[in-house]
Amino acid sequence: MEITTRGLLTLIHGMGFGALYLMACSGALVEIYRCCHAQTGPQNDDRHDLFLANYLTAMAAVAWLAVLSGTYIVYPWYRATPPAGTTDLAGFPQRLLMASPATAGWHSIGMEWKEHVAWLVPIAITMAAAVCRRYGGGLKSHRELRTAVLGFVWASLLAAGVAGFFGAMLNKNAPVQGGTTMRIMEGGEK
Amino acid sequence: MSAQSSSSTEMQTLPNGPGSAALLAAGIGALMLAILAIAGDKILWFKSMMIFSKPTGPLSGVTTCAIAAWLIAWWILDRRWRRRSVSSRVSVVALVLLGLGFLLTFPPIADLF
Repeated sequence: MEITTRGLLTLIHGMGFGALYLMACSGALVEIYRCCHAQTGPQNDDRHDLFLANYLTAMAAVAWLAVLSGTYIVYPWYRATPPAGTTDLAGFPQRLLMASPATAGWHSIGMEWKEHVAWLVPIAITMAAAVCRRYGGGLKSHRELRTAVLGFVWASLLAAGVAGFFGAMLNKNAPVQGGTTMRIMEGGEK
Repeated sequence: MSAQSSSSTEMQTLPNGPGSAALLAAGIGALMLAILAIAGDKILWFKSMMIFSKPTGPLSGVTTCAIAAWLIAWWILDRRWRRRSVSSRVSVVALVLLGLGFLLTFPPIADLF
């Protein structure tokens, strides 16, 4: 079992930060809903409000790590230009996808959408974290704010889902490869 | 304990201004991201102006400018609405801007411009 450094960093970006964010989203949606509707005592409220604010802040950190690692580490490898005369495009995923009409759409729609829509995620979740930290249980008395915050968190889930889906499909059709090869473990014949 | 309850009371009585400022700014940031992405794709001089980091290309400038627009809008709106209550329509406008931003990042829609 081997993996290249580029493959590993792409894995950390997608499966580490991206998938972690997607999994955390359902928890955030339930917690925001519960925080604004549950009937609990004031002490419990304070503890739960702080938990929710910290949870959303951690999600915001994960979202920023996902977009920054994607934009500044993985994306340059994806869009690298091959030297003139290169026939093997394996190390140049964007060019490899665009070389065939059957796969060009994964770049022209998939990557073009993913690279922009993913940036809505940290904007939305950072805002949600800030509002929940500032208002705490006070959000209960501002119906329009909590509905809009929930809407933004839903939109962040959708945007992260789009980015995650296309990220997985792009990497399936034209994986980001290169760098040092690391051997994870030896496989034997069965 | 008393400090905690006074902070809780403050949160309960906080006007909707600061929250609306955060929401509207996020909506503005989302729409700016889509507009800058379209401009970066269609206008050649703007595209080369957006290359803040050569390996990443125009995406670096587009996202940096959108984030800057979002944070500046948040700062300005928060200063103006910190102690005020504003119309609940602001939240609706924020959601509409977010929706527009989302749709305009979709390439077949962005290509209509």
